[in-house]
Amino acid sequence: MDIFLQQILNGLVLGSIYALIALGYTMVYGIMGLINFAHGEVVMVGAMVTITVISTLMGAGIALPGPLLVLIGLMVAIPACMLLGFTIERVAYRPLRGAPRLAPLITAIGLSIVLQQLAILIWGRNYISFPQILSHDTISIMGASITELQLIIVVLCLAIMGGLLLMVEKTKLGRAMRATSQNPAVAGLMGVNVNTVISATFMIGSGLGAIAGVMVATNYDQAHYYMGFLIGLKAFTAAVLGGIGNLAGAVAGGILLGIIESLGAGYIGGLTGGFLGSHYQDIFAFMVLILVLIFRPSGLMGEKVADRA
Amino acid sequence: MSLLEVKNLQVAYGGIQAVKGIDLHINQGELVTLIGANGAGKTTTLKTLVGMVKRAGGSIEYDGKDVASIAPYDFVRHGLAMVPEGRGVFPKLTVEENLHMGAFYRNDKAEILNDIERVYGLFPRLKERQKQLAGTLSGGEQQMVAMGRAMLSRPKLLLLDEPSMGLAPIIVQKIFEIIQMVAAEGVTMLLVEQNAKLALEISQRGYVMESGKITMSGNARDLLDDERVRNAYLGE
Repeated sequence: MDIFLQQILNGLVLGSIYALIALGYTMVYGIMGLINFAHGEVVMVGAMVTITVISTLMGAGIALPGPLLVLIGLMVAIPACMLLGFTIERVAYRPLRGAPRLAPLITAIGLSIVLQQLAILIWGRNYISFPQILSHDTISIMGASITELQLIIVVLCLAIMGGLLLMVEKTKLGRAMRATSQNPAVAGLMGVNVNTVISATFMIGSGLGAIAGVMVATNYDQAHYYMGFLIGLKAFTAAVLGGIGNLAGAVAGGILLGIIESLGAGYIGGLTGGFLGSHYQDIFAFMVLILVLIFRPSGLMGEKVADRA
Repeated sequence: MSLLEVKNLQVAYGGIQAVKGIDLHINQGELVTLIGANGAGKTTTLKTLVGMVKRAGGSIEYDGKDVASIAPYDFVRHGLAMVPEGRGVFPKLTVEENLHMGAFYRNDKAEILNDIERVYGLFPRLKERQKQLAGTLSGGEQQMVAMGRAMLSRPKLLLLDEPSMGLAPIIVQKIFEIIQMVAAEGVTMLLVEQNAKLALEISQRGYVMESGKITMSGNARDLLDDERVRNAYLGE
């Protein structure tokens, strides 16, 4: 029972981060019908920029409390990633609007490689450790433990996601985003500048990605130029699980995937008699992806979409 | 003075000359119809008027200015609204949200709410369904949403593309009543229709389009009585 609760908690932490990233995939897909596979790299850049900012501040001998340093790092990383997302759309995707679907897909993959290589040029090939500035004190909940940091991550993720859903449901920009995703030509007739809405979508998704990147880096104490690939793929899985294009679905899919993965990692050793260890946890995410694609391609909360390939 | 003045408009669509030099004008306060068979170039003409399709030649003057300088999403700010073919409601927005989209460019909140109430006054059915997703409505109700949404932009000139398309005859009657109600509110309209008889009956003037050209034009009553129009479009 202890293990069970512990894995649920771990899954919640992991899952809320997946959910935050999955929102970036699903928002862009909802508006453009495009999978932005470079989104994982935006997450990576968010982590890298934050670490750089914190290290620079600390190197300059500025003594500030840890959480404040992280906050400053985030305040730099969020606009940096928003700018990156904006640029990605402008440079890589906008010229391909109306092109066959394979073209932007391949571009996305190429872009993701380009961004990884750029990250190598800037930050090198090695793991960069997150400065030890945050406490890792744990809190015990019914025998399971969670660090304060993880608790903050979960609460923050839920708050941000709630805010985003509210924004999309209640504000004028949100309404314009939904209208554009349903019928861009008519949204244009209503006075919506579709290009602006698409740029805004990329920027919001990238801002969320930056926050997620910092959460990943603080949770694992490190960042790496390649970190965006796996976490991006898993977040994409989460988006598909929830029903791609559906915001609430991305949140549900992310949290569910995190929990499935954690439970899998917790029990796989016992189930296979120690043959497979918990480092095989990645297989669960992709098993989920395969099963969803076979049995419910529209996802948990998505509606049926006609073949558009 | 005419609100819209089109001269020698030409549009090429993927190598095909869809509109071959047409002239038309609409005066302030008029209800004008453009009739013609499927594929005559009517919808292309409308789309060109609001910048959704680029013209190959000719001039479009709206309110005394050429529209070439207006960005596609800015037409509505200049008072040019269109109800597209197939109605184009946002299926996963509620009726009320659809109406709000019509007022997207406006910032006068109180006035917008007023206008929404006015639309509900014209279409009580929509008030009953204000929280319902527009995609779940019947075709006739969706046409009401599309018309109401267009009115929320307070248009000076409203372009209607085939409002009767795909609707049962009894609903078509209703839609044409609505068009007359909107016209009575003082909105200038260009109505594109395949249902020539109904369209001519409610319009002041009409144009007949065939294979990208205007072949006849004049007083709607005269067109209704014209032998050629009766043979070709009224099935008599």
